[in-house]
Amino acid sequence: MADPILRLSQLSKRFGQFAAVKDIDLAIDEGEFFTIVGPSGSGKTTLIRMLAGLEEPSGGEILLRGQRINETPANRRPTCMVFQSLALFPHRSVGQNIEFPLKMRGVPPMQRRERADELLRLLRLPEDYYGKQVSQCSGGERQRIALARALAFDPEILFFDEPLSAIDFRLRKTLEKELKDLHRETGKTFIYITHSLEEAMVMSDRIGIMRAGELVQVGAPDEIYSRPANRFVSEFMGEVNVLEVKPNGAGLHCPALGATLQGPGGQGGPGDQGDFAGGYLVIRPEYLRFLGPGETAENQIEGVLYNEYALGSRIQYQVRVGEAVFLVEKLREQRYEGQLDDRVVIGWEARDSVLAPE
Amino acid sequence: MTAATESTLSDSTRPAPRPQRRLRNPGLLAALPVLIFLALAFAAPLLAVLGYSFMPEGTFDFTFPPTIENYHTVFSGSYYISFVKSLGLALVTVALLMVICWPIAYGMAKIFGRWANLMTLAIVIPLFVSENIRLFGWVLFLIKGGVLLGSLQTWLGIEAESILYDVPAIVLGLVYVYLPFTLFPMVLGISMVSREVTEAAFDMGASRWQVFREVELPLAMPGILIGGLLTFILSLGSLAESKILGGQAVIMIADEIETAFTFGQNWPLGSALSVLLILFSGTLVITLLNWVDLDRILGRGRDD
Repeated sequence: MADPILRLSQLSKRFGQFAAVKDIDLAIDEGEFFTIVGPSGSGKTTLIRMLAGLEEPSGGEILLRGQRINETPANRRPTCMVFQSLALFPHRSVGQNIEFPLKMRGVPPMQRRERADELLRLLRLPEDYYGKQVSQCSGGERQRIALARALAFDPEILFFDEPLSAIDFRLRKTLEKELKDLHRETGKTFIYITHSLEEAMVMSDRIGIMRAGELVQVGAPDEIYSRPANRFVSEFMGEVNVLEVKPNGAGLHCPALGATLQGPGGQGGPGDQGDFAGGYLVIRPEYLRFLGPGETAENQIEGVLYNEYALGSRIQYQVRVGEAVFLVEKLREQRYEGQLDDRVVIGWEARDSVLAPE
Repeated sequence: MTAATESTLSDSTRPAPRPQRRLRNPGLLAALPVLIFLALAFAAPLLAVLGYSFMPEGTFDFTFPPTIENYHTVFSGSYYISFVKSLGLALVTVALLMVICWPIAYGMAKIFGRWANLMTLAIVIPLFVSENIRLFGWVLFLIKGGVLLGSLQTWLGIEAESILYDVPAIVLGLVYVYLPFTLFPMVLGISMVSREVTEAAFDMGASRWQVFREVELPLAMPGILIGGLLTFILSLGSLAESKILGGQAVIMIADEIETAFTFGQNWPLGSALSVLLILFSGTLVITLLNWVDLDRILGRGRDD
């Protein structure tokens, strides 16, 4: 495998007493679409600002193709950032915005114009937008202008600081896909930060989950989805059922249900939980099903159907078991036929659950 | 008695549609008091000045046939010297203030954080003291044997000439008095430049100087322009600085106007000079504000 384009070792940043980023080790491959996901305050913005050269690290190293770039200021790094606000220049036309990085590098006007036209085509913006004022462009168009501008000087890595967060849902969905297409078309390394794991899932080759300045888990979207490293990661991904459990020899004892459950387990049969010493059992709502008469599952619980919510193509049910609340999700075609307040039996297979140590 | 009661009653039941009709266009009505005040306090004196400027020399009412002899006197006399000097001093003041204020304004808008409030206060508080008194303070500070030169001589034994009663002292006074007028609009202008925009420029390869020239300066231009214009026009019509600190070393155009109205007892001549000064300033403001399209700078561009 080729050397990574970007390697972070023990990278950290403190502001006074506060450690915003703590000893991060990470290698990003050339051409990868890597997304860092975390809630606000997790240090993801500080991290990407260090990578872009807008913030100086307090410790550790940033290596670009093996070269230490800690001290290289942003204007000398072969990287470019797309900001949250997009940071387009309101006093310049679309063309002047796109040409800005080239003008700063002393590229003659003729060549700049050629490159700008090329980028307008790449981002599917009409050619006559060259002379248009940025303020007259729509949200989606501005997004494309910012991308064109960032690509203008052919940077090796593009950083994205939540550029889609202020855009309405439908347009955001379109732009996520466009961004992934652009990644494929340009073959460049994209490093993206967002607070939405859903957004990360759509676009990324790999995802890093950040919490309180640390990378909690790094992996492909599938991996993160099916094997979350801990409760934080699994809850970050959306609504999941989380049960506090402790191994008791026969399986996993769940105090809230007063029952012993079967977890995904180790190799040694139902009782074996590997090196799991207690923590959380996580089950996604879509893995739970309603059991009819005669149907069984490895884990079965009886409860009361309390409420149901329509979520577009799916329907979500809230089932109450004593104090505990379960969410069950079904496709519309497979909806549960019954009444609220019905006594229901819900169940799931042991292999569909995930153990999270903390 | 009964009839009166009836009519009162019917009046009180009827007026419903009326206020509706009156309120349909409340803007003009609400603005009327201000309009009247402005007409009396602002437009009327200007019109009086305009009227006097066409009256014969040394007269004190409007009963004479209009004449342009005052304008003739102005243009054939040596008033242009005062005007050019005032213009020069105003330009120098604006230029100096631009250079002095940029770093202060930049700091106040972007760097000092909450210290900026303290600075604002420090700059504003002296404005509570009358301009003349502050200028006399400068006289005491600068005069031979005063605070500055006296201390230098007593403690360090240095003998120096006072800059008082010459052009540098006038410029000092103008810069000192009009600093807030340049500074505060400039602070506003610079605060309109978002941090992300400057960072983006830097990230895209701009040097510090290029960030300043390509992004910060043009985006802060509305504030700079307004502050500059304000300062220029105030300096052009200034009087106290040249009188108190300059000791009449330079006769400003405002001096000439004052002299015409007071010692000269020639209101029409003073009025003609005033009209010309107002025309000059007004033309300048309108041209400049049209030339530098504020909307364009602010990114609220129209179709073009």
